[in-house]
Order: sequence, then structure tokens, then C-alpha cells
Amino acid sequence: MGEHHHGPAQGITRWLFTTNHKDIGTMYLWFSFAMFLLGGFFAMVIRAELFQPGMQLVEPGFFNQMTTLHGLIMVFGAIMPSFVGLANWLIPMMIGAPDMALPRMNNWSFWILPPAFLMLASTLFMEGGAPAFGWTFYAPLSTTYAAPSVTFFIFAIHILGVSSIMGSINIIATVMNMRAPGMTYMKLPMFVWTWLITAFLLVAVMPVLAGAVTMMLMDIHFGTSFFSAAGGGDPVLFQHIFWFFGHPEVYIIILPAFGVVSQIIPAFSRKPLFGYASMVYATASIAILSFVVWAHHMYTVGMPIAGELFFMYATMLIAVPTGVKVFNWISTMWRGALSFETPMLFCIGFLILFTLGGFTGLMLSIAPADFQYHDTYFVVAHFHYVMVAGAVFSMTAAVYYWLPKWCGRMYNEAMGKTHFWISFIGFNITFFPQHFVGLAGMPRRIPDYALQFADFNMMSSIGAFIYGASQLLFLYNVIATIVAGKPVTDEKVWDGAEGLEWTLPTPAPYHTFEEPPAVPKPAGTI
Amino acid sequence: MGRAFSASSLAFLAPLAAAQNQVNMSPGVTEIGADIFELHMLIMWICVVIGVAVFAVMFYSIYAHRKSKGHQASQFHESTKVEVAWTVVPFIILIAMAVPATSTLLEVYDNDEAELDILVTGYQWKWRYEYLEESGEPVAFFSNLATSQEEIYNTDKKGDHYLLEVDEPLVIPTNTKVRFLITANDVIHSWWVPELAVKRDAIPGFINEAWTRVPEEGIYRGQCTELCGSYHGFMPVVVHAVSRDEFDAWMAAKRGAAVAQTQLALQTLSVDDLMSQGKAVYDSACLACHGAQGQGGIGNAIAGSAVALGDLSSHMAVVAKGVSGTAMQAFGGQLNDVEMAAVLTYQRNAFGNNTGDVVQPGDVTGMKNG
Amino acid sequence: MSSLRFSRVPAIDTALKLVTVAVAMFAFVFVVMVPLYNVLCDALGINGKTAGEAYTAVPAAIDESREVTVQFVAINNDGMPWSFSPDTRMMRVNPGAANGVVFHAMNPTEADMVAQAIPSISPSRAAAYFHKTECFCFDQQLLDGQSGAEMPLQFIVDQDLPADIHTITLSYTLFDVTGTVTDGLASR
Repeated sequence: MGEHHHGPAQGITRWLFTTNHKDIGTMYLWFSFAMFLLGGFFAMVIRAELFQPGMQLVEPGFFNQMTTLHGLIMVFGAIMPSFVGLANWLIPMMIGAPDMALPRMNNWSFWILPPAFLMLASTLFMEGGAPAFGWTFYAPLSTTYAAPSVTFFIFAIHILGVSSIMGSINIIATVMNMRAPGMTYMKLPMFVWTWLITAFLLVAVMPVLAGAVTMMLMDIHFGTSFFSAAGGGDPVLFQHIFWFFGHPEVYIIILPAFGVVSQIIPAFSRKPLFGYASMVYATASIAILSFVVWAHHMYTVGMPIAGELFFMYATMLIAVPTGVKVFNWISTMWRGALSFETPMLFCIGFLILFTLGGFTGLMLSIAPADFQYHDTYFVVAHFHYVMVAGAVFSMTAAVYYWLPKWCGRMYNEAMGKTHFWISFIGFNITFFPQHFVGLAGMPRRIPDYALQFADFNMMSSIGAFIYGASQLLFLYNVIATIVAGKPVTDEKVWDGAEGLEWTLPTPAPYHTFEEPPAVPKPAGTI
Repeated sequence: MGRAFSASSLAFLAPLAAAQNQVNMSPGVTEIGADIFELHMLIMWICVVIGVAVFAVMFYSIYAHRKSKGHQASQFHESTKVEVAWTVVPFIILIAMAVPATSTLLEVYDNDEAELDILVTGYQWKWRYEYLEESGEPVAFFSNLATSQEEIYNTDKKGDHYLLEVDEPLVIPTNTKVRFLITANDVIHSWWVPELAVKRDAIPGFINEAWTRVPEEGIYRGQCTELCGSYHGFMPVVVHAVSRDEFDAWMAAKRGAAVAQTQLALQTLSVDDLMSQGKAVYDSACLACHGAQGQGGIGNAIAGSAVALGDLSSHMAVVAKGVSGTAMQAFGGQLNDVEMAAVLTYQRNAFGNNTGDVVQPGDVTGMKNG
Repeated sequence: MSSLRFSRVPAIDTALKLVTVAVAMFAFVFVVMVPLYNVLCDALGINGKTAGEAYTAVPAAIDESREVTVQFVAINNDGMPWSFSPDTRMMRVNPGAANGVVFHAMNPTEADMVAQAIPSISPSRAAAYFHKTECFCFDQQLLDGQSGAEMPLQFIVDQDLPADIHTITLSYTLFDVTGTVTDGLASR
């Protein structure tokens, strides 16, 4: 009995039971886009309330539910699954493997996500409302003083964690064991490298998040006092445990985005990535350093000065490998033959705006100055620059870049460029003024504000509506492309694209590299 | 009486409403605030210079190295020298930044040898201040948001200090090292006054320290900066820095008022007094959850409620001890006997309740003690 | 890594090793992070936590050349109705000398209640030098309804207290733990 591959199964069962990395990647990508729109809708509610001083639309308690769910859904439902979807689609093709190492576990990793998010979203309708303690859920606001829905929040986080851990195990097992012969580690495409490192980070820290929420569960239901002073515990312990997860988490969010940019910029510069080895070492350094900087999120908590200084120095240090990466990307462009299709526009937007976010990050790392920045809109501006103009722009670039390979049709370039410009302008109108109001004294997580912050808040809200609207343009472009885009059959859709995935037919067949390919010259060289 | 004193005599100190559309941090009025501001500007300018240089290279490349202009791509792709250079140079710049950052941080942590200690406690959703003195009648009070619900819900025009005004500000003397001992009653809060450059988290069960020395008389406004529940945005901080003489006079008046309150608790108050004071207490402590007309909201309605119309000692028990598992806090520790009597009287007679009950401070003292 | 193999199938071998890492990191939180945090706080006296048990005093010379101000602050946590205050709010002590202060507590309700006093020292680095030979915070305090108690604290400030600390503030936060004692579950 030989192997006999049929095409994909038919109907809904295809999607429920698929073990094919392309199908699973597609499901992750659509799921994450739906979550992006849902999280974005909550952001619209937030910005609508903040359009003017005074309470117009929602009650303060509900506003806190919106900010909490916006954060949780964007981080855990939109950004993380979208990059996992990208990993699923691309990693096997980039290393010449037929599929992921553990295909059935791959199916489970995806399918537990929709129920988890359904459970999280359903808390909006529970007695006491959805979680309203911020995506960072500090105790005791999230334990003793939380609404009953907190238990469902904890279960949802556990499920998300299991999904991430399984997905990461799969990625590591695939990259370590299934590379085509000749594909040594130092020939891996940067996207694979960044995901390999990210996957190790995930395996290390998602269990820490699980530990933190389990301790919350025990404090709430089983009489323990991990985070309650009354029983000998300490609310600050929660913060240490959370941020020990939380800081590596933000690198988990950005490293795959770095990998995408490292694939796309060389393609549209028609030039190899500058400093491949440096890029690998810089990524690894960032990952290792990310474990020892967590308390820069806690500078005002009353840490002894030795601790405060240590975390300040370690955090400042992360600027070095991050800077190295930015310099390498620009050196890749330098003296290339540049063209500015939509993926490249988003990558250039990333380069500018992520770097800006990196600068405000450096400012925030300075502990005495942070006493004036902490928990203000300056921080909100910083992390939206790095997460939206960083991770989301990178993800958007990735979709425009690889969509033709996935579905064999080209997107509408004019619409893509329009999407870019409206996003770029809308994003900056939304978030640049937030630096100002933060420096001027506006705290985070407030539904109403003093009058001197009114003009910039109105501006920010208008920008948000513009940025939000442009994502609908993106959605339209993607669907229109898949359904009726101009067919593309060139293997190398983009003339500067390099890598094994660009040696496959377009669209990529359901099963690829069932026989390992001959590995071409090292990634990063022509 | 304490409230009238602070409002009238210090009103002349109120500055113009805070700068509209301020784009930068304020250096504030303290030496350490100025140091922090200088540090902030230094780091920012270094970033601007590096950013301009880096983006200039990139924009030049975008212009000059376009394929559409016929530029041919070079193929160079590594240089160890360059990698070392752009690792070492940023590292050196960081060390240069770390030096002033370290010395400023040491200043922030220098809490010792203060001349005045104040216990700051964060509550959901107000601050409590207690002046820690070796002896004498303790001066302690709550500081509640003074902005009206009508302003917040857009039926009245918003005042200049919308959301940044309180009924009882914290008063401190100028040119005095003041140490703040910061803690919380329930969840984590954070006490921040931007112009004093003081921010410290308030953790239940633990005390944190911070200090300030204010050289200039003035009114300085800040807010809670740690999410603490629904009304996190509605618990401002207002500090009045006044001359040492004024401070001493204010403290004497406060101590006197505390004694007067104790004596008032022994008196019989008129219904009008109880109702008007009761309304004041209701508006500051109850209204946020129970509504301006007692109609309810987050909290149950007071109008027509079984509790407000029922047994008085049960009514007081609810107000004093709260209701476990709900948002109804225990107000027993926050209201003195006069205030408790007044608010109970008000709740039992306002909103159409009309029980005719008149609760005297002495009744409250009696109910508290069995 | 080649010596220990969970499976002959390489991918499954990798996967099982990573699962072990994940489980170990989960255990790390409970078994390492929590105790480490407590040990560091106790040993270094950071976080302002003082020891939970009596200090056995080693007789040592009293440093008469130096005076340290010790300040006492009494705080009630959410929903704690007892009156609670120290008989002395501030005292000047010599390092090495044994001193004491009494806290008065009164339960004004009709119900019996149990309280736990949680100490916190400021500056936090002074905690390692503040030794309590007797403290009501070591145990839970039961007070019948309508009754009061005098709760003693005996302490010694260590002679090695850093020279730049002139004032130590000891605060006690009183928590109502009646619920935890009676039915074993956390109260509200």
C-alpha cells in the first residue's frame, strides 16, 4: 500500500480535522484577523468615549472592561495567532519539509483557540461583567476585588497558553528535525531563525503565566494568600511573576515581525540581507536579555535601589542588539535597487515607526524619568508604536508579500498602497499626540480626563477611526484577491524574492516538498 | 469649618488652569523635578540626533537607490568592522546616559531626615491623609473628588479644574522636607503629583516612602496612576504648598476642628443641619454608586429601599460595615459620628423616603457601642 | 542531549523534552519563584517585611552615641472596624537597647473577630536591622465582641543599622481574618 495523496477533503470536516500546515495556517490567519477586528471594535468604543471630556457613551466600569478585553484580544487573539499562522504556512516550505513535525497536535493547537475566545468574550454577558482589571490583571484587583467572570478569564488564559506551548513545541521540533539536507542552521531564512528563538521563549514563559493565573485561582477559590498581605503574601509578588512572563512576551510578539522584515526588505532591495550572522546573534541576545529586565515595568512599586539600578542597566542594554538590527536593515537597502510595492512600504513604515517606539522605550528605561512616565499615555504611545507599527505592520506586509504564493492571485496594488498610506497617517494621528498628553500628565486607563488634554484626545480619536476604517479596506482587498484577483503563476512572484518557498509553483500545492529539495546557496547570498 | 478655611484663604493661590495642549513634561517646582526633566530632555535629544542621522541615511537611500531610476544593486552583505562599530558606539552612549540616570535615582531614594511625615492611603476611590505627629489630636481626613456629577455627565459646564479638584486638599509647608508614607486600603493605587515629580505605588499591607521639598507656594494637582477599579480616573490628588506660618495656622485649625467634631457628637443637631450636612456627605461618598436622586446605578436604589425605610440599626450596619461580596464598602471608618448621623438622616428622609427619622450623633455612638 | 532519549522518533523526542521544560517552568513558579521571593525579602530585609517569628536577643553593647527615631503607625485594612493605635507614636532609641511599645485594639462590634497584623518597615532596607523579640503580629489576635486588648511589641534596633538611616517607620496593617479561621476559605 503506497502513499496515495488525495486533494483536500471537502466541506466543513476538511477544516475541523485537517492536519495540513497550509490549512491550519489559513485558519490561524483568518481567526486572528477576526480577533483583530473585534479588538479593534473595542478600541473604537474606547476612543469614542475619549473623543471629548465627560462621560458620553459608557459607564466607567464598562470602559475598563473594554480596555481589558482590547488588550487581551489583541495580544493573545490577534498578534500571537497571526504569527503562528504565518509560521505554519511558511516554515515547512522555507526549510524544505513536507509539513510540521506533529500535524495532529497542530490541529489541536488551533482548534482550542476559538472556544477559549468565545469563553473570554462571553464574560461580557456574565454577572458583574467582563474582566475589568487591565490586560496585566494585577492582584488584588484581579483576585479579592474581581467580578465572578475572573474564573472564566483564568480558564481562557490556561487554554491559550496550552495552544501557544503546543504550537511552539511543534515549531522547534520541525526546525530541529525536518530541515532538508544541506539546510544548516546558518542557512535558515531569518523568519525561521526568529521563530525558532521565539518558540523557545514561549515554551519557557507561557508556563509562568499559567503559574500566575493558577495562583490567582488558588487565592480566589482555595484560601491561599500568594498575593494577599493578610495571609503573609504580597501583591507585588504577582507583578514579578507576571512581568517575568510579560517582558519575554513582548519579544515573542516582535521577534517574528523582525523575521518578516528580514525577508521582505532584501527582496525589494534586490540585495542580500546585510549581516546575516549578526542578525542571528542579535536576535538571540535580545531573547536572552529579555529574561532579566522584567522589573522595568515596576519602577514605582518600591523596589530597593540596587534592584532598580540593575533593571535599568539591563533594560538599557537591550537597545544595543535592537539597534544593530535596525542598522543592518538599512544597510540592506543601501545601494540596493529599491522598489516600493505594498509589502516594502509596510516594512519601511515599520523601520521608521518601530525605531521611534524603540526610542521612547529607551526613555522609559531610565528609571528616575520613568517616575513621570509610568502609567501615563506616554507608555500607551510607546507600546502602540512597537506593537502596531511594529508587529501589525510587519504582519500586514507579510500578507501582501506571501498572499500571491498562497492563493495564486495578485492583490490590487493601488488599493494596497492606499491601505498603507491611510494606515500610516491614521496610526500617527492616533498615537503621536498620546506622547504629548502622557508627558503633560494624563494617566492610563481612565474614561474621562481633565480639560487640558481635550484637543489631543480628540485628534487621537479621529486618527483611530481613520486607522480602523483602513483595515476594512485591507479586508476587502484580501477577499477580493482570493476570490477574483489576477492570477499569478510565476514561482518567483517578486523578482527579488529568495528562499525555498519561491521555488514552488504558484499557488503552492496542497502538499509540497514531499521529497526534500536540493538546498540552494546560503540564505542571505545571491 | 476646615473646608471653608482652606477654600477661601488659599483661593488666591489658584493658578490659571493648566496649560492647554502641553506637549512636554513640566520641570515642575522641585529640584528633583528639574533634574528629572533635564534627564528626560537629554535622553530625548540623544534619540533625536541618532534618529535624524539614521533616517537621513534611509531616506537618502530611498531616493538615490531606486530601481526605477536605474540604480543597480550592489551585493555586499556583511562587514565585521561595521558590526563591531555599531555595537560599541551605542554601548558607550548608553554608559554616558546611565551616569546621570544613576545619580538622579539616588536623589529620588533619599527619604531620610524628613521634617514632616504624612501617611497617604489610597482607597477605592479617594485618598486619605494623616499627619504623623508625635503627640496631640491626630489630623486626618479624606480627600474626595469635588467635581459634580452634572459636570461629568454633561449637564453642567465643566469647571477649570475639572476632575482635578478635591474637597480637602493636602496642605504642606514650603521649604520643608516632607516624607510621604504611602499605602492602600484595598487594591493597589498610585499617588502622583507631576509638578512635584513624586509617584509611588500604594500597596495594601505595605508602606512605600517618597519625599519632596517644595520651594514655591502653589497648588499642585495629580491623579491616581494605577488601575484600581471603576472610578480610577476620579480620585485626584491636590497639594497646597503654603508658607510655614500658614501651615501651622491651618494645622491648629484642623486640630481644633477635630476636637470640635468630637464635641459636636455630644450635641443635639437641628434637622436642617443634619439634612444639609447629610446631603454633603451623600454627594461625596454615596452619589457615585447610588445616584444623585437615590435612584441607584452600580449600587442599589436608596429611594424606596427596604434598608433606608427599615430598622435604623440595620441601616447603619450596612453603611458602617459594607456588604461583603459587593461593591458596597465599609464606611464606618471613614465617617465620624456626626457625618454618619447626618447621612443616615438624609437617606431616610430624602428621595421621597420621608420616614421622619432624625438620627443624632449620640444615637450613632450608642449603636456603635452596642 | 543524545544520552537521554524519550523516543526514537526525533520529532517526538524533541517534543517530549520541550514538554518537560514547560512543566518544569510551571513548577518553577511555585517551587522556586515564590520561595525565592520570600527568602530574598526575609534575608535582605527588602520589601519592608520583618521576620515572622521572635528574634532571640544576643546580649550586646548599647550604642549610646547614636539615636534612631522609631515611628509607629497603625492602619486598618478594608472593612476592619477595630480601633487600633499605639500608646506611643514616636520614640528615640539607642541601637542595641531593648525597647517596647503597646498597641491598643478594641472590637466595637458584637461579634467575636480575629485579626492579623501585618508589619511593614520603611525604609525597607532597615527591616533587616529591626529585631522584634515579642510581637503581636506573630499570631492572629482574637477579640470577643465589645472587648479590647493591649498588644505588646518588644524590639531592638541593630547596632549595624546603616549610618544614613535616622528614622525607622514601623506600620501595622490590621486585617480581618475571621472568615479564614472559621471555615477555611478566604474571606471576601
